[in-house]
Amino acid sequence: MLTIDQATYDAIVAHAKRDHPDEACGVVAGPEGSDRPERFVAMVNAAGSPTFYEFDSTELLQLYKEMDARDEEPVVIYHSHTATEAYPSRTDIGLAMEPNAHYVLVSTREHGNNEGPVEFRSYRIIDGEVTEEDVTVVTQADTRSTD
Amino acid sequence: MAIEVRIPTILRTYTDGQKAVDAAGDTLAGLIDDLESNHPGLKDRLIEGEDLRRFVNVYINDEDVRFIGGLEAPLADGDQVVVLPAVAGGARDRMPTGR
Repeated sequence: MLTIDQATYDAIVAHAKRDHPDEACGVVAGPEGSDRPERFVAMVNAAGSPTFYEFDSTELLQLYKEMDARDEEPVVIYHSHTATEAYPSRTDIGLAMEPNAHYVLVSTREHGNNEGPVEFRSYRIIDGEVTEEDVTVVTQADTRSTD
Repeated sequence: MAIEVRIPTILRTYTDGQKAVDAAGDTLAGLIDDLESNHPGLKDRLIEGEDLRRFVNVYINDEDVRFIGGLEAPLADGDQVVVLPAVAGGARDRMPTGR
């Protein structure tokens, strides 16, 4: 199950709507091993495409160095589909290289850049196998430990 | 002295879980051959045919090797090499080729 706070959920949806009809992408980093998505990082889609996304290679390195320095990992990797359902494509499955990540897909096909609900679904993708999981949206206080 | 190679999570099965390993080589191609001799199977995850795999990024001292000679990029002791799989995908059913 993916547990994510409302503000981060809203930020992912807003990014997807803003970049529609191109695919939007990014990560939510969190402490290594915690499974807590805490730090929202929107990325530029270097492919600038309605059917493909790729993090820019230089920004990718910066992101991973930053996460490394903070003992973080990509807890969520998100992107949008803008004309199809929020389900991993063959390309998504073939290129999924983070076995610990929750792969979040948002579909903006219904309302595009406008107000309105989106499909927001989460998956594990390991060795080509897709497993959908529940998404629980909580207020920020609930996702953090009390330390 | 040696060259430190940072290994991404998905390839740590080849390095007994280590995040970084030392290797040697005058070029990236030589370094990858040296990695392969100590961590069999790794080369195939980095190279396809005669070139780096399209969706694997390799950096030497923070430079994407595609801009500094690819597999022929020169290396010296003390350099740092980082391997990172691309974060990519999308609704398109066929993966793009080339760059």
